[in-house]
Amino acid sequence: MSSIIKTQPESIADKSTHYCPGCGHGVMLRLIGEVVDELGIREDMILTAPVGCSVILYDYMNCDVIECAHGRAPAVGTAIKRVHPDKFVLVYQGDGDLAAIGTAEIIHAANRGENLSVIFVNNAVYGMTGGQMAPTTLIGQKTTTSPYGRTAKGMGKPIRVCEMMATLEETKYLERTSIHSIRNINKTKAAIKKAFLNQINGIGFSLVEVLSMCPVGWRLSPQEAQGYIESQMIDYFPLGVYKDLEY
Amino acid sequence: MPETIDKKSSSVGKKVLLKGNEAVAEAAIKAGCDAYFAYPITPQTETAEYFSKRMVDLNRIFIQAESEVAAINMVFGASAAGARVMTSSSSPGISLKQEGISYIAGAELPCVLINVVRGGPGLGNILPSQADYFQTTRGGGHGDYRCITLVPNSIQECYDMTMAAFDLADYYRMPVFILSDGIIGQMVEPFVMHEYSPMFANMPKKDWALTGCKGREPNVVRTLYMSPADGLEQLNRRLFAKYEKIEAEYRDCQQISCDGADLIIIAYGATSRIAKAAIKKLNKNGKKVGLFRPKTVWPWPGPELVELVKNNKKAKFLVIEMSMGQMIEDVKLSLMDVVKKDWIYFYGMGGGWCPTPETICEKVNEVLG
Repeated sequence: MSSIIKTQPESIADKSTHYCPGCGHGVMLRLIGEVVDELGIREDMILTAPVGCSVILYDYMNCDVIECAHGRAPAVGTAIKRVHPDKFVLVYQGDGDLAAIGTAEIIHAANRGENLSVIFVNNAVYGMTGGQMAPTTLIGQKTTTSPYGRTAKGMGKPIRVCEMMATLEETKYLERTSIHSIRNINKTKAAIKKAFLNQINGIGFSLVEVLSMCPVGWRLSPQEAQGYIESQMIDYFPLGVYKDLEY
Repeated sequence: MPETIDKKSSSVGKKVLLKGNEAVAEAAIKAGCDAYFAYPITPQTETAEYFSKRMVDLNRIFIQAESEVAAINMVFGASAAGARVMTSSSSPGISLKQEGISYIAGAELPCVLINVVRGGPGLGNILPSQADYFQTTRGGGHGDYRCITLVPNSIQECYDMTMAAFDLADYYRMPVFILSDGIIGQMVEPFVMHEYSPMFANMPKKDWALTGCKGREPNVVRTLYMSPADGLEQLNRRLFAKYEKIEAEYRDCQQISCDGADLIIIAYGATSRIAKAAIKKLNKNGKKVGLFRPKTVWPWPGPELVELVKNNKKAKFLVIEMSMGQMIEDVKLSLMDVVKKDWIYFYGMGGGWCPTPETICEKVNEVLG
């Protein structure tokens, strides 16, 4: 008789999360926990949590955490890393956080070449407030604040963060991945690990943009949401490495 | 760019000449400020310039941030990481920082903030003003909180109060403001640059700081309490118990010639210096005029004001501010039961400029008849 063995990374608290069924944040939490354990950095780590659905990360991660104001995690992380250059500082942000209200903070942290690892979860909506239009909402996508679908005219086109950040010369590693399938989840884990190792090895600013599901915000089933990434999001947000400078 | 920095650092205990904006920076450095986060704005920019050289020379942290918002959030991060930390700005910039200050107050983190107040509202102008009194004494950002606010009226006090501000911030775990203004910040006068010595014998350990959780349970710095039962009620009650304690322990004011005075001028900061000059003239001419000068505006030295009235029941009051009248509300609240309402007079200006000793004398003569 086979049995399911529960394996919980040490860096993740033994709690159930508040994430909705099919939400990508749970997958991200697990991946980060596994990488933190594999690198053995839990006790040297300080996590800056954003505003958004992942605001309660301090309850889920078993490490030092600071909960930041909306969009400000890169500024907060900058200061923590400067005070403790020997510690590992993880900046976790969503799309509204990073690409709308916190655009200045992420761009300037990157431009200064802060030795930070940024995980950018792009699910194309403001999840926590109930599915409003985000800077990464696709053209035509209906949200509670774009009920007729997003149009380029008057709302602009979705911001491609990796492509934009690649123009900043002090960024060292930029990759866009997805977590809509097992293969892509594994690729995402490898990217996270690389971003973490870059900081540990003093290489500099690394950002992994992860296309992630928000079934409730998208008004889709968890399975349909995975399909939406495959058929819609990847077209506009191509996966791949946008920069990789290992020096 | 400050030129004589090296001389200054070796001039401990001697009289030196510095601008108010430079004196606060040097005091912070001597008090062990580990990190300073800058954004240029007139009339406080000399502070940022001063730090930009000294902090690099000392191998400490200096970042010119992309905005006031980023600067205060860097303060938030550095403070949470256990550093002694400061930022400075002037009125419009302080407005931008209020979001972060609210988080810092809510998370009970220490930091020192300098507001070199200029004329407002909006861009106003770059001249001296005291129109940020409400903002600084009532918290300033969203939510229920207070910031200790020290008010220097000389460069010596800029220096001394900045050192004290770091200790008060660490001791009470909260933001502490130095409320300067366009005159105090830009003014140059001699002062004694003494060595830093902590004002409390036992400074609390920063065992809450984020340093990585090796050998202990994880530390969490947060301001989110989703349900009332989860702790927001307790947080606010704890904060206000602390504020009550500070109100009892750390009010400060100066009283000059108040005994037997027919009129007492209430003024703080640059205005109190000008009032002092006016009072000298008035006293020479036989007018009995005194000065009540708050050195802290939060906590407000109301009990001292009431005590003063107990000893001098005949005095009228003239509140002078470089604003349309903000501190006067605290004066009226303190004196409402002990002084006739029409015995409290106001002289203020809202243009970002200051009264002169002559105009103050005129106003006093008008009141005294």
